[in-house]
Amino acid sequence: MTDQAQLIPGTLDLLILKAVSLGPLHGYGVLLRIGQISGSTLLIEQGALYPALFRLVRQGFLEAQWGESENNRRAKFYELTDEGRKRLGEQTEGWNRLVGAMSSVLNAQPEPRPEEI
Amino acid sequence: MSFFTSIRSAVSALLQRSSVDKEMEEEVRSHIEHRADDLVRSGIAPAEAKRRARVEFGGRAHYKQEMHEAMGAHFLDTFMGDLRMSMRALIKSPGFTWVAILTLALGIGANAVVFSILNAFILRPLNLPGAESLYTVERGQDRSPMQSYADYLDLRDRNRSFDGMAAYEISPAGLDTGGNPAPSWLYETSGNYFDVLGVQPYLGRFFHPSDEHGYNSVPYIVLSYSYWQSRFQANPAAVGSTVLVNKHPFTVLGVAPPGFYGSELFYAPQFWAPIVDQEQIEGWNGLKSRGNRGIWLIGRLKAGVTPAQATADMQSIAATLGASYPKEDGQISFSLARPGFAGDMLGGPVRAFVTALMLLAGLILLAACANLGSLFAARAADRSREIALRLALGSSRRRVLRQLLTEAVMISLTGGVAGIAGAAVLLRALSTWQPVPNFPVNLPVNPDATVYAVALLLAFASGLLFGIVPIRQVLRANPYQIVKAGATGVAGRRFAFRDVLLVVQIVVCAVLVTSSMVAVRGLIHSLHSNFGFQPENAMLVDTDLTMAGYNDGRSPAMQKRIVDAMEAVPGATAVGLVDRAPLALGWSTNVVFDDNATDFSMSKAAAEPLMYRVSPGYLKAAGTALLAGRMFTLHDDEKAPKVAIVNRQFARILFHSDSNAVGRFYRTIDGSRVQVIGLVEDGKYKTLTEDQEAAVFVPMLQSPTSATWIVVRSNRDPQQFGPAMEAALHHLDPGLPFTMRTWTKELDSALFASRVATVALGILGGLGAMLAITGIFGMASYSVSKRLRELGIRIALGAQRREVLQAALGRPLRLLLLGSAAGLLLGLAATRVLAYIVYQATPRDPVVLVGVVLAMLVLGLAATWLPAMRALHADPIMLLREE
Repeated sequence: MTDQAQLIPGTLDLLILKAVSLGPLHGYGVLLRIGQISGSTLLIEQGALYPALFRLVRQGFLEAQWGESENNRRAKFYELTDEGRKRLGEQTEGWNRLVGAMSSVLNAQPEPRPEEI
Repeated sequence: MSFFTSIRSAVSALLQRSSVDKEMEEEVRSHIEHRADDLVRSGIAPAEAKRRARVEFGGRAHYKQEMHEAMGAHFLDTFMGDLRMSMRALIKSPGFTWVAILTLALGIGANAVVFSILNAFILRPLNLPGAESLYTVERGQDRSPMQSYADYLDLRDRNRSFDGMAAYEISPAGLDTGGNPAPSWLYETSGNYFDVLGVQPYLGRFFHPSDEHGYNSVPYIVLSYSYWQSRFQANPAAVGSTVLVNKHPFTVLGVAPPGFYGSELFYAPQFWAPIVDQEQIEGWNGLKSRGNRGIWLIGRLKAGVTPAQATADMQSIAATLGASYPKEDGQISFSLARPGFAGDMLGGPVRAFVTALMLLAGLILLAACANLGSLFAARAADRSREIALRLALGSSRRRVLRQLLTEAVMISLTGGVAGIAGAAVLLRALSTWQPVPNFPVNLPVNPDATVYAVALLLAFASGLLFGIVPIRQVLRANPYQIVKAGATGVAGRRFAFRDVLLVVQIVVCAVLVTSSMVAVRGLIHSLHSNFGFQPENAMLVDTDLTMAGYNDGRSPAMQKRIVDAMEAVPGATAVGLVDRAPLALGWSTNVVFDDNATDFSMSKAAAEPLMYRVSPGYLKAAGTALLAGRMFTLHDDEKAPKVAIVNRQFARILFHSDSNAVGRFYRTIDGSRVQVIGLVEDGKYKTLTEDQEAAVFVPMLQSPTSATWIVVRSNRDPQQFGPAMEAALHHLDPGLPFTMRTWTKELDSALFASRVATVALGILGGLGAMLAITGIFGMASYSVSKRLRELGIRIALGAQRREVLQAALGRPLRLLLLGSAAGLLLGLAATRVLAYIVYQATPRDPVVLVGVVLAMLVLGLAATWLPAMRALHADPIMLLREE
């Protein structure tokens, strides 16, 4: 499992929002979709998903509803709210800026030392 | 939010929590099942798939806790957190906690006691079914509850407003279950008494109107539950047995239910007997004469009839009675009053006094709240740094306030419970109190659910009230400033709300101290006032010869033997008999007419003096001073011309002067002439606070009576003299029931009202004083601790002790002075009311004025002593190092 990356703290919420933005999902479905999109590189502990889901519901970014799953089992489906969609946009933008800044910092090459001139 | 709604929401949060729990559980299960489905699809056996899915999910309990937290902390969780936090905070400052709890316990306790009395005497009707439709029937302008039996029969039979109307009378009798006569107290009642009150027997049956067949026709009695327990050892066979009531056989018909004490609140009878048997029980029949008014009436209004309609109905009956019997019933009128305290006769003063007490108790509670308010404010100021730190660390103001309020409510509930517990103990003692010798007083003041509810409510409300005081302080606080600079910067306005509270409280305290001092002085006065007789060194024996079977014809001979026997007891210096001792319970009056009168109807009477039938030796034995004329002798008997001895007031009213009364005549209602042969000093007869009453003494030999009080004056110790008297009486007639005590002890009943007032005011005054001390103490310590650094610097710079004290304590002392002055003035005004209850209660008494000023000074000194010491010992080095 060495090819799986540990999740950076604080990013799980963003991943969930993104996963749900593609269509309503139940908890296990969220897990599957994140795995599917990331090519199974992101490791999420299964149980850790639920506190995050509950938090997002309380913050009003997700809505939850009981329904029937594709396996004919009862499951709670999560859906993005308008506010959640807005939040996803902001977060994505912020993330992209951070990633850009991080990568430009990490890719910087050493400059010649002024004393040496 | 009230306490109960918050409890409810906590409970519902708990319930909600369990439903949320269930939902989480289901969601987790759904997840694991989906995962297991996937694993099965990839070829793993179902059982193994399930196990693996569960393992992969991770620690369920842990995640569920996180889920709860993610949903936001619950009310109950925060509440418990607040509780724990408050508990810690309170335990950390035990001094503050104890003072606060004690203060509140005193306030709540005082209120619980007084409210319980108010509840028992005023709010709660008689403990009878449908008591709100029961009314006492009163007569005339002065609203006397005393009625005559003939009027009762007319009222009962002619009215259209009452479902029923019963008559009753309180009287004593000797009850003998077999060679053991003992004085006892009973109600003589009309046959319909139990039916009108609506009670059912505990054992056997009650008597009813159908049992009555004329006078002395119903040989039945009904025992009270407690008398059946104590005298008959709760033996069910007592029902049906025969006992002797004043030597007449009666059958015990039944036992009344426990808790039933009849139609008055203050009296617990030992048994009930039919009023038609009055002649057997009292020795004479007072029911035959329409003019003889000695019974009380209670009626139950018909459903839908208002008291006003019933009064109008009775008014028309009164008009007919007045027309038919102009001599006895001319000008008669009837009205209704709340039952329980002999109508308005006792009820009026009792209600006024208890209401006034309640007001004072309310003020005490207000003072306690004011106190706690300033305590809490001072504490909030001391903790401003802690609070600022919490705010700076991200706690919300709401959370901080809620925690402060939780503290306040915890203190108020603890204090409230402590107060109620204390009150319950006190009330239990009060319920069994027998303040009047040899009369079964019943004070049903045990707290009930209403009392507990009101006390808890008061505790809770006052908790909120003083808990709110520091709120503004917290809301205004700027955490960054306070953390940086410490809590010293607040300059404060000249007079804060706290100061006003403190002044109010000192005023209340001063009022209480003033009135209790006035009451105590009044009581001391009444103990040493001139009663018109000398209670010291006199023994009283109270008996009724009817109890031993002597009728009026045989009484005089027996009375003569009693006097002789008493005079023979070694140590007896004077012996006399009287039909009823002055200042004992009850009295009798007779109308008198001018010597020239020709019309002998009630309305033409010259006066209605109190009448005492006495033996020749009575006035000497009682120590009543003869001012002119002569005493009675044994020759003033039925064959001699009628004579009387009068007091000065009688002479002033009838003869317009007390100097020439001796030798003059007056007439009684039957027109016979009576000559005044002696004049005695004025005295007190009915109550200590009465206006001067006219009184007349007539010889027992000319107006026979079986009611006999024996007065024996002696120079011997009552401890030895009493038994000697007892033995002599027993030797005379072993079957004669009697009670014996010193006259001073007998006066307890006369002093009862002023004693109660004094004790009540004394207790409230003490409470007020304690609260004032804690209040001033709190204020002074706050003031000192706030300025301790400044004081230290001043001392370091060489300030004089006087200057330091002035700076530290000037303000509390000024407030104390202001409050005391206002309280003294108010207290003096209030004591005018007291004068009605306590004999010679006058506020214009230098001792009282000086006493109040001294008391307030001592209070101030006691309260500021510790803070002053702390201010004087402020060590500048230490203080500067601390900062």
